[in-house]
Amino acid sequence: MTFLTYLISGLALGSVYAIIALGYTMVYGIAKMLNFAHGDIIMAGGYVAFFAFTKFGLGPFMSILLSVIVSTILGVVIERLAYRPLRQASSLSVLITAIGVSYFLQNTAQLLFGADTKIFPALLTEKSFTLFDGQLTISYLTIITIVTCIIIMIGLTTFINKTKIGKAMRACAEDKGAAQLMGINIDTTISITFAIGSGLAAIAAVLLCSTYPSLSPTLGSMPGIKAFTAAVFGGIGSIPGALLGGLLLGIIENLTKAYLSTQLSDAIVFAVLIVVLLIKPTGLLGKKENVKV
Amino acid sequence: MKNLINDLFGKKNRARTISFLMVIFAYILIEVLTKSIRMSRLFTSLLVPTCCYIILGLSLNLVVGFSGELSLGHAGFMAIGAFTAVCVSGLTSSVITNETLRLMLAVFVGGILSGLFGLIISVPVLKLSGDYLAIVTLAFGQIIKSLITNIYLGFDADSMQFSFVTNELNLNNGKMLLSGPMGATDTAKISNFTSGFVLILITLFIIYSLIDSRYGRAIMAARDNRIAAESIGINISRTKTLAFAISAVLAGLAGALYALNYSTLQPAKFDFNTSILVLVYVVFGGLGNINGTIVATTVLYILPELLRFLKDYRMLIYAIVLIVVMEITNSEKMKQFFDKGKNSIFKKGEDA
Amino acid sequence: MKKLLVVLLSLLCALTLAGCGNGGGNGGNDTPTDGGDETVTVKLGGSGPLSGDAKVYGEAVRNAAQIAVDEINASASTIKFDFFMEDDMADPEKAVTAYSNLYDKGMQVSIFTVTSGAGAAVAASYDEDKIFAITPSGSSTALVYTDEKNFTGNFQMCFTDPNQGIASADYMAAKFADKKIGIIYKSDDVYSAGVYEKFVAQAAANGLNVVYKDGAFTDDSSTDFSTQLTAAKDAGADLVFLPIYYQPASTILKQANDMGYAPVFFGVDGMDGILTLDGFDKSLAEGLYLLTPFAADADDDLTKAFVAEYEKRYGETPNQFAADAYDCVYAIHQALRDIGVNSEYDFDNLYAAMVDQFTTMSFNGLTGKDMTWAENGEVSKAPKAVIIENGVYVSAD
Repeated sequence: MTFLTYLISGLALGSVYAIIALGYTMVYGIAKMLNFAHGDIIMAGGYVAFFAFTKFGLGPFMSILLSVIVSTILGVVIERLAYRPLRQASSLSVLITAIGVSYFLQNTAQLLFGADTKIFPALLTEKSFTLFDGQLTISYLTIITIVTCIIIMIGLTTFINKTKIGKAMRACAEDKGAAQLMGINIDTTISITFAIGSGLAAIAAVLLCSTYPSLSPTLGSMPGIKAFTAAVFGGIGSIPGALLGGLLLGIIENLTKAYLSTQLSDAIVFAVLIVVLLIKPTGLLGKKENVKV
Repeated sequence: MKNLINDLFGKKNRARTISFLMVIFAYILIEVLTKSIRMSRLFTSLLVPTCCYIILGLSLNLVVGFSGELSLGHAGFMAIGAFTAVCVSGLTSSVITNETLRLMLAVFVGGILSGLFGLIISVPVLKLSGDYLAIVTLAFGQIIKSLITNIYLGFDADSMQFSFVTNELNLNNGKMLLSGPMGATDTAKISNFTSGFVLILITLFIIYSLIDSRYGRAIMAARDNRIAAESIGINISRTKTLAFAISAVLAGLAGALYALNYSTLQPAKFDFNTSILVLVYVVFGGLGNINGTIVATTVLYILPELLRFLKDYRMLIYAIVLIVVMEITNSEKMKQFFDKGKNSIFKKGEDA
Repeated sequence: MKKLLVVLLSLLCALTLAGCGNGGGNGGNDTPTDGGDETVTVKLGGSGPLSGDAKVYGEAVRNAAQIAVDEINASASTIKFDFFMEDDMADPEKAVTAYSNLYDKGMQVSIFTVTSGAGAAVAASYDEDKIFAITPSGSSTALVYTDEKNFTGNFQMCFTDPNQGIASADYMAAKFADKKIGIIYKSDDVYSAGVYEKFVAQAAANGLNVVYKDGAFTDDSSTDFSTQLTAAKDAGADLVFLPIYYQPASTILKQANDMGYAPVFFGVDGMDGILTLDGFDKSLAEGLYLLTPFAADADDDLTKAFVAEYEKRYGETPNQFAADAYDCVYAIHQALRDIGVNSEYDFDNLYAAMVDQFTTMSFNGLTGKDMTWAENGEVSKAPKAVIIENGVYVSAD
């Protein structure tokens, strides 16, 4: 029974990682850049939802919606101002710019909102239910987190596979030059990718902050790195891979803490990652690219 | 004479000559200044860490710039060198009383041990490529930090004791070398600017020797076109392993020098952010550009100190500087401007 | 390349000149006096994290110290302060440059550093340069002494980590002898690990029943505590000791509540501040015990006035970092006054005189009455156990 508890909380944590990892993976797949500022979009989303709910008195749904909208705009603006001028630059220049954007967002948040932690309000009134004569307690939040993750995954897959924009995104991911020749507007497509990734980050922010309610300017950095790890774990650029990587990472992390060692959990999680990558060098579901001469 | 000038400043060796001259000139200038007029404490306290970060930057440039592999875990190697050096220095403090000698020993052992780890780690790391390689270096960096955070090491008159995860040491009036998350405390500060300067010279010598060697050319060939390089019989994994291990040695040296400059050292220092910081220096200076790394590291390391007058806006401005410089250096117009500048200097060089 | 060189050289020059400009050093007789009257201005320095993760602590200290300085400067006292605080980002490396900066500015007395890690890195420098320093919140013993050496002029306003661990275990032995104890702590944090280590030892000595002590977390895993809580619950712990800061503690309280786990929670001074967290559901903290020297809702006049002023200026309720910082400035002021520092005073004697004062004087402040200091720099004041009832601190004795 205890094992189930660990597993379920691992699944919830993994679902959040997965949603964040989606943002990483989509941006990587299409713009071929590691957006290190992605974690900080989560932070921004968290703050917007916090202020909307506690200070402006909006309802939970409206707060989340506002958070998604603001994050989406932020993502698009960052892409437009900071990344687009670097389209032709080396990937490392873009990486450093992303790091600069990350510092920028963190420091701006510190100046705007103060450095002290804020406690994210409970958007749900119902807390938990018990199963098996009270032996297993599951919170509704956990269920919602996992369900949201699944819905997003299905929605996104459908979007990418069935819609015209989705097709454009896949084409860009495959070959930008050829896509452009086929009349696809690369800039718009990349903007849309950033918009979706940032919107998802806002949802992840609300879920993350609801479960682990401390809101601080550096909130996004660690989940960001973990989600990046998850994205690579599953095969970067692959959407089902992000899901799988995120869930596995969450579960492994929680089970390690429970049964092996809390002090060494980070080391063990990363060791598992290394082993997996050695067996499958492009992640669990990543494509193997054959380089032609 | 003309031959010598051609030798030193000719196309082939110009960068190397400038590197050494620049470092030696800076050293002499600073030494003269500190000896003749009373320099601010801030200035003198920045000297050794700047040297450390220059060596780290050069070491990372070897992997990222010359070998073409993105490493996000360089702080891990620095940590190994740092904590090894602290232990070596702490253990031998009663035996070797000469500080310079002890520093040399500690730096040497730190570098070697870090190199050994680099060699071991390079085996799995170099099986991968691109971002998968990057994430594995990040993972190793985190693992190293996490392991060091759990090491308890101490000694007393009778024995040397070690425990892992929990502190079970039972010392009889002894000294703790490493105490878990608290790391090393009460370290004797034996690093100095001259040792930093010498280490930079050694680092430059090692890197230039490597680049100019057969191996160095093989490394760059493999970076530029792996398939072509393989097809002419270059053993890519061996050359890359060499670059990776040497880079680890250099990072270890830097870590050792760094550790012995402070009376306390915590494992938490060597996290992802430190790796990233050094990467920023390298990219700013230009990939594969050794002089660029030296200058960029110095400027970027000192910049936050110069921005102190901005108070709370300091790190915000630092972030903006980062972004703006990246945008400017990568914009087409600026590129043309710099290319023009480069050409004119180049022409002068040819005339001489 | 040349352009870069030029940039580099001009930077060097800028730095050098900046240094020469105020390179007078400290400890001289060059203290500025205010236009001939009897007042003397003492340069008070200090460093703390004013940017980065730990900014909240540095800000609290800076704000409270500023209040104390402003109060003193506005008072009739002939001793005035010129107060400056540098950013050290809670990083030992930056602490050294921050200290150098303070030294260059001619600091004469100091409120040291805010965090332990940074403080340990400059403790020896304060000692060598003979600048008196008292830290509001750097609670590691490494700031005031090492195995081999006592830093004569380094003092603490807060309890040391070992003392908090011992005091907690002693309190529990007296009050909760029959409870099964679980511990959740932050293993890569000097403060938390320091309290934890001594607590475990003292708990064993006191015969306490510690059933779960592996509840460590690290900076990288400080969001999810469900594993540790489940393990503590399974081990049957009905008292959970939390020697951590209030931010992760707030998450722990919430997650415990979510999973229906309700042991007695017990914190140390880092727990203070939990009630002032923006958005925190105070009902979660009902019944929480903590050992703290300061309670923002105490009803003595000193606390009331301080809290009111702090809230007026900064819009937040001060925590124990702020209170300790406020006390530091007043303790320094009291010592300077009793030494008889005036415009004729020879500041070369200040260091020895301050040490002399601090080891003999007694001080009343926000964080305790009749505080005294031992020669090793540790403070002696009584930790107060409080329990949170109806959203306020109530004495638990």
